[in-house]
Amino acid sequence: MTIEEAAAEIAARGECSPRLARDPVNQAMVNNWVEAIGDGNPVYTDPEFAAQSVHKGLVAPPAMAQVWTMGGLNSPRGTDDPLGLMMELLDEAGFTSVVATNSEQTYHRYLRPGEQVEARTALESVVGPKKTALGEGWFVTTRVRWYVEDEAVAEMMFRVLKFRPPAPKPPPAPVLRPVTSKDTEFFWDGLKEGELRIQRWGETLRHPPGPMPPDGSLDTKPDYVVASGRGTVFSYVVHHHPPVPGKELPFVVALVELEEGVRVMAELLDAAPEEVHIGLPVVAAFVRVDDELTLPAWKVAR
Amino acid sequence: MTVTEGTELPPLTIEATPTFVVSTALATRDFQDVHHDRDAAVARGSKDIFLNILTDTGLVQRFVSAWAGPEALIRSIKIRLGVPCYAYDTLTFTGRVVSREGNDVVVSVSGVDSLGEHVAGTVEVTLP
Repeated sequence: MTIEEAAAEIAARGECSPRLARDPVNQAMVNNWVEAIGDGNPVYTDPEFAAQSVHKGLVAPPAMAQVWTMGGLNSPRGTDDPLGLMMELLDEAGFTSVVATNSEQTYHRYLRPGEQVEARTALESVVGPKKTALGEGWFVTTRVRWYVEDEAVAEMMFRVLKFRPPAPKPPPAPVLRPVTSKDTEFFWDGLKEGELRIQRWGETLRHPPGPMPPDGSLDTKPDYVVASGRGTVFSYVVHHHPPVPGKELPFVVALVELEEGVRVMAELLDAAPEEVHIGLPVVAAFVRVDDELTLPAWKVAR
Repeated sequence: MTVTEGTELPPLTIEATPTFVVSTALATRDFQDVHHDRDAAVARGSKDIFLNILTDTGLVQRFVSAWAGPEALIRSIKIRLGVPCYAYDTLTFTGRVVSREGNDVVVSVSGVDSLGEHVAGTVEVTLP
């Protein structure tokens, strides 16, 4: 049976058996309520004022109509309670969360301490599934009438949204970590210090760093210079696919020609793909991942 | 007090502290976990615990009867909820008279918090 068919069947049964209030209308619950809500109207709490008032005695706040017959902490809903039946059906269908959206209460008269209220509920409509800001869900509308003996004292249209909460976002995957060697250690150490270090063999700069100078000499030893970090985009790609751990797609990878004359590749952080172009001036940036790893990156020189 | 169409009600500001959210939920006998259990509220897709609708009805009644006087008779309270009112937010109620026939007055009410309009509604009240 679909949710609509089940709802139609429940609605056709009309008012369910009455739910009797746990307690008669009483001053203790009224006092708790006015204290929490902050309603200072003395007709609810001051017997002398109330006796002189239009009510000729203490009355309960009309907005408490629904409170008297609330289920409470442990008592189950009646087996034929239409709201309870719809909640169960929608829970099973995966719509596990609920928020109230509308309440339209009409008070035929104020209640007095000692009166015993009962509620009778009918299902009016079930509409869905609807896409809402909270998630996909169904609007369930019931009508409740409250009676003292057989006198209808108040009634309410009550609508709730029973929805499927969106799945939480997975935590970001860890970034890919570079392999370091004796030949490249200085480069990664430099990033941790906030320096973009370029390997130097005598007068010649070389990047990426390697074990040998460009001329193949076996006698020279390398050191490094710290680049200014200023350069221009020599070439770039916009990466759309496949997913890369730790990255949000799309992202831009730029090969930058530094003013020192070597080219270094890294992610360009703060430019939309359409604003990147060859010749775009950039500066080095340093993305600290953790104590062990800082990655090189570029930012647009603004 | 002269009450005519367009008369504005004095605004009411409510600090929705966690204590307020929890104590009003309990005073309205609403034990749904999202009104007192922050972890459960977050797991169900909310930022924090939030006010329940029975409290909104109560606040609207308080707001209107504080203006109309203790002997005004509240005939109906119709509310529609918008954005949630989470713990630590501030709720400001404003209202105005939209019609008057004899002593029967209809008041429109709006309660706004940092996320937008939390509650909008109308109250029918008979002035003393």
